[in-house]
Amino acid sequence: MKEEKVVYPYIPNSNPETQREMMDFVGAKDMWDLYEEIPEELRYKEKLAIPDGILDEFGLKKHVEKILAKNKNCDEFTNFLGAGCAQHFIPAVVDEITTRGEFLTCYGAESWGDHGKYQAFVEYNSMLAELLDTEVMSVPQFDGGQAISTAMAMACRITDRKKVLVPELMNPGYKSILENYMHSVQDELEVQVEYIKFEPETGRIDLADLKEKLNEDVAAVMIENPGFLGVLEDRGEEIGELVTSVGAEFVVYVNPISLGILEAPANYGATITCGDLHSLGLHLSAGNGQAGFISTQGEAKYLNNYKDFIYGFAEPEVEGEYVFGNMLIERTHYSRRAFGNEYTGTGTNLWMISAAVYMALMGPKGMEEVGTTILYNSRYAAEKISRIPNVSLKFTSPFFQEFVVDFSQSGKTVQEINKQLLANEIFGGLDLTGCYEDFDHCALYCVTEVNTREEIDFLVECLEKILK
Amino acid sequence: MLIGLIVNPIAGIGGPAGLKGSDSEEIQRLAVSLGSEYRSNEKTKIALSELTEEKDQLMFLTGSGLMGEDVVKSLGFSYQILDEKKERTTSEDTLMLAKIMKEKKVDLIVFSGGDGTARDIYNAIGLSIPCVGIPAGVKIHSAVYANNPKDAGVLIKQYVNQFGESATVDCEVMDIDEEKFRQNIVDAKLYGYLKIPFARNLMQQSKASIKFSEHDLQGIADEIIERMAKKDDNTCYIFGTGGTTHTILEKLGLKGSLLGVDVVFQKNVVIKDGAERDIYEYIRGKDVILILTVIGGQGHIFGRGNQQLSPRVIREIRKENIWIVATADKLYSLHDNLLHVDTSDPDLDEELSGYWRIIVGWHEEIVCQVAV
Amino acid sequence: MGQDQETLLRDFHQARWSEPIIYEMSTPGERGVITPAVDKKIKDKLRNKENMIPESLKRKKMVDLPEIGQMRVNRHYMRLSQETLGNDVSVDIGQGTCTMKYSPKVQEHLVSRNSNIASVHPYQDESTIQGLLEIYYKTEQYLKEISGMDAFSFQPGGGAQAIYTNAVIVRKYFEDKGEDRDEIVTTIFSHPADAGAPATCGYKVIDLMHDKDQGYPTLEAFKAALSEKTAAIFITNPEDTGIFNPRIKEYVDAAHEVGAVAVYDQANVNGIMGITRAKEAGFDLIHYNLHKTFSAPHGGMGPGVGALGARGVFKDYIPVPKVSFDGEKYLLEHEVKQSIGKVRSFIGNAAIIVRVYMWLRSLGADGVREAAKCAVLNNQYAIKKISQIRGVTMYYAEGKRRIEQCRYSWEQMKEETGLGTEDVQRRLVDYSMEHYWESHHPHIVPEPFTLEPTDSYSKKDVDEFIAVLEKISWECYNDPEVIRTAPHNAPCHGIKNYYESDPANVICSWRQYKKKYGID
Repeated sequence: MKEEKVVYPYIPNSNPETQREMMDFVGAKDMWDLYEEIPEELRYKEKLAIPDGILDEFGLKKHVEKILAKNKNCDEFTNFLGAGCAQHFIPAVVDEITTRGEFLTCYGAESWGDHGKYQAFVEYNSMLAELLDTEVMSVPQFDGGQAISTAMAMACRITDRKKVLVPELMNPGYKSILENYMHSVQDELEVQVEYIKFEPETGRIDLADLKEKLNEDVAAVMIENPGFLGVLEDRGEEIGELVTSVGAEFVVYVNPISLGILEAPANYGATITCGDLHSLGLHLSAGNGQAGFISTQGEAKYLNNYKDFIYGFAEPEVEGEYVFGNMLIERTHYSRRAFGNEYTGTGTNLWMISAAVYMALMGPKGMEEVGTTILYNSRYAAEKISRIPNVSLKFTSPFFQEFVVDFSQSGKTVQEINKQLLANEIFGGLDLTGCYEDFDHCALYCVTEVNTREEIDFLVECLEKILK
Repeated sequence: MLIGLIVNPIAGIGGPAGLKGSDSEEIQRLAVSLGSEYRSNEKTKIALSELTEEKDQLMFLTGSGLMGEDVVKSLGFSYQILDEKKERTTSEDTLMLAKIMKEKKVDLIVFSGGDGTARDIYNAIGLSIPCVGIPAGVKIHSAVYANNPKDAGVLIKQYVNQFGESATVDCEVMDIDEEKFRQNIVDAKLYGYLKIPFARNLMQQSKASIKFSEHDLQGIADEIIERMAKKDDNTCYIFGTGGTTHTILEKLGLKGSLLGVDVVFQKNVVIKDGAERDIYEYIRGKDVILILTVIGGQGHIFGRGNQQLSPRVIREIRKENIWIVATADKLYSLHDNLLHVDTSDPDLDEELSGYWRIIVGWHEEIVCQVAV
Repeated sequence: MGQDQETLLRDFHQARWSEPIIYEMSTPGERGVITPAVDKKIKDKLRNKENMIPESLKRKKMVDLPEIGQMRVNRHYMRLSQETLGNDVSVDIGQGTCTMKYSPKVQEHLVSRNSNIASVHPYQDESTIQGLLEIYYKTEQYLKEISGMDAFSFQPGGGAQAIYTNAVIVRKYFEDKGEDRDEIVTTIFSHPADAGAPATCGYKVIDLMHDKDQGYPTLEAFKAALSEKTAAIFITNPEDTGIFNPRIKEYVDAAHEVGAVAVYDQANVNGIMGITRAKEAGFDLIHYNLHKTFSAPHGGMGPGVGALGARGVFKDYIPVPKVSFDGEKYLLEHEVKQSIGKVRSFIGNAAIIVRVYMWLRSLGADGVREAAKCAVLNNQYAIKKISQIRGVTMYYAEGKRRIEQCRYSWEQMKEETGLGTEDVQRRLVDYSMEHYWESHHPHIVPEPFTLEPTDSYSKKDVDEFIAVLEKISWECYNDPEVIRTAPHNAPCHGIKNYYESDPANVICSWRQYKKKYGID
């Protein structure tokens, strides 16, 4: 019996009848006729070493589920990892809307066919602007690291200067991203990245060091607030005044979920606010739920320096309609190729929709409450952990959500501790060994609204046992 | 909306007879005797036919009879005559009509003709009023004309419908010496610039595109200044004719000539609007860089509007010391993707042909072929 | 009334809900959701704590977010989704160069509902993400096979970021070699990111114009652009026009001769998977857009993955961490010789890798090639039909077969009717088609539109799209008014300043809107 040709469900025209009809129509006898422009020596005729297809959907699903079952996850285990990807409660409506096929599978249409998408984008702008007390923003970047990088590049263009100052204790993953971004093939375009020292006691930036490094060559000073290590910076206004007095931009990287209870950076002097949307309704997904944002007031000097698309309200032909447009596209490489502001392209637009729905559901009260719960839970956990013998908190500062636990007196490495925690179905805090100088034996613990008191108590109980 | 319309009735008459222009009376008579017909009215009609829908909002100010009246009348437009009817028209009439139109503050001047007509309009109004040129002449080296009469009509229509919002670009007015041209010598001069509504649809929105051109010009200037900074202090620089090179001089804080060739040495303009001999004498034996741009509607880098840069001057400079600058827009819109040279020295033309890297902005170049 | 089976047209009207802006729906006091409150015992314990937040950092006024009950929020965004035409609901073959495939639902359900991907923290211990790393590793093997490259990184979050990352690799490569090269060469029909992303790294950009007959630059032009200053070439093949450059290897060889790196933008490899490979053409670095060629959805511009492939020495330069396999278990290597470090946090967009793995496993070697073949067949079928439509012309490479896409022109129709590509585009939505893509800047092909009917679309879908184009062309010639006033059946009507270019007119947020129009 002749082997039957496979008809693939995702490839309708693999159906032999249709295929023959179409091949006849275009005058091709076999597949290689379609590729007659590809010279013989470039044709790859061997069979690709990819396993044969699992044609049935049920079998495929089982196959992948089985592989994924080798993972553990933060629903079954108790998680204290954060570091820019903290675990939060995500309302069901956020998932319902984010996974709508229309939003998931749309792409580059103008705002007629995709009117609803654009409205959701502009509502995202509107709500995030309230959270940040700013006015304008572009679509989001790949992640917070890209947001910092572009915020710095914007500042360099605005000030026509080539040096930026960032905290030594900033997110170490972002450091590498930023350094790559500021580096240039041409010396004249090189942006120098200098690191501001920190106060060993508090974890805040060292103001004296900032003052020493700050001068009129500096395009921007960035602080994270809360810091990557959770530390809250209470001298924002003072720093902002110092920075703007030399004509530099004051960039503040913020965790948006903290802003129901923490002051918006713009109100203590930030001229550019940036961050990652992760906490506003995005899943962990092994790091898939990240998206950078940058936002400022609406002055032309800022607007002209964004690199990505800016969507906003446009003027309708029919009065009373809300319509949306693509603003100042001539900034981008889509219009100007090499001359655009940096480069742009596919970013993380779907996460704008998740964040919009999240903010709309939360409202002012929700944001205040979730911030408060995180504040209390993390404080409770920190205090309890710090009472374990030979365990202490690295810094004395107030903090939000994350804090550094110092195990150096315990004689155990974080790796050893985390391994034993894992045996108790707990993901312990991030091992900071090697991340910064003198942070061996330190771990970054993250406690959010999803961690219950029982979980925290159990963590402490386990740590006590491990460290006995 | 007030539109000035000037038809040069005799434009183009010399063409079919192989007379390479219609500027003198003698030639006009000769052309008619050789059987040429007056075509510019017909071409104007093709253009203005595009405006039937806008008829109600338009008021034409025009010349009598063949200078415009006949066309607007036949198409049923409202109009007013600015002059008295004449037997024969000369370039004086074009000049006079354009001047009256300027006084009457028309919103747009539409003219049909060739390079000579464009020159007359330029002399009368300069950059004060936007213009649309309907090509009807024999010689069209000026970049102020639309590709064909119909396109001119579309452009006018667009301008009318987006009145107050349309951007404009400055386009070259050029003319060649007809007498020499008849002897197969092209002596094209750059006379100046007219304001033309911006039309080309390279980007979704023209208003945005025009900004790029301005931005590109600044970028080109930055690039040249950066390159100059890396050169020896004893290098002298020749800046060719045209607005693009003029912008660079401006950015250098130097006062050059828009329409001539200037020589710069150690941050001073040492020759302004120089003649061939002066330039040649000055640069002999020196390290020279020539910065030049594409002139006119046909993509020439040599031989149109810059005859001062003669073969011996170019040979003295040497090919590798020539920097060609142009906005990317200009290169994208080249009719056949090619740049042209016509130095009147075939060997040199051959030498200059091939692929060139054209500076189109700061740190960006486009490779373009130069053909003979 | 059903779709007319003769004309293939349908009587369509998109949802038009006239939805208010979310702020207008607010009723003070309503709640959309309630999050976990502070545990009573925790509250008691911390009762006497002061300064949990420094005074200067306390939020002075409540955030002005809307206050709306959950059902209304859900309904509002449901309606906005209905006012959006993704390829789940529209035949979207018009996004040429980037047409999205069907994103199989089994993949979508799995990545959003399975905790072993949705609730995995990227910093979990390696032993607890073995399944995910296995999927990364195996997917990498499959892509290596399709491309012939030696290693892949899945970190870049999109195609443009992959081009950027390739430029960073090129930069580091020459720094390590101690060579001073500061130019890159690309072509005018390559994606603008091929110019923009290297420029972001500080490269000067040399663009090549195409030859007006063959549609890609001549080898002579290409050689004229190369020199000892050339760091790399960044090119596509087939280019946006769908034309395949058969002499590609000579171009790559010419680049190698001057010591430059050959970088291949294969964002769209749809038409040539299993047919021709980057390796045989001699390329050193490539990237694939996994959202697009490999089935992950586009989400209205991301998140995506620009999978970066490297060959030879370049495999040591890719971003960290790299996934490897020691024969027993999968590892994340953080120390990779010469690695450029990081461009994206964590391990990239992991959920997309799971989708791609599923897609490749569902097809297998034969299916992958079948997908390429059908994508090309669909395109050549469409070309033959569309070139018959009144007013449509094609530029370059006459008589040559194109690969997976084609750039067409309405130039002739524009000349004859005054109506061009933007007019057609505006009308498409009236016939249920989301959109078509014109062309990147600059519009060298006048009045352009670019179609790519990938393997996901059936002959019937392609026929329907063509029928719509035919009908719109007829309207342009015979009923221009209906075109001029389009769209008629969309969620909204015309927009005066879709591409606003004056910063003073930018209204980005509701607070700016209120300010501008004096609303309280």
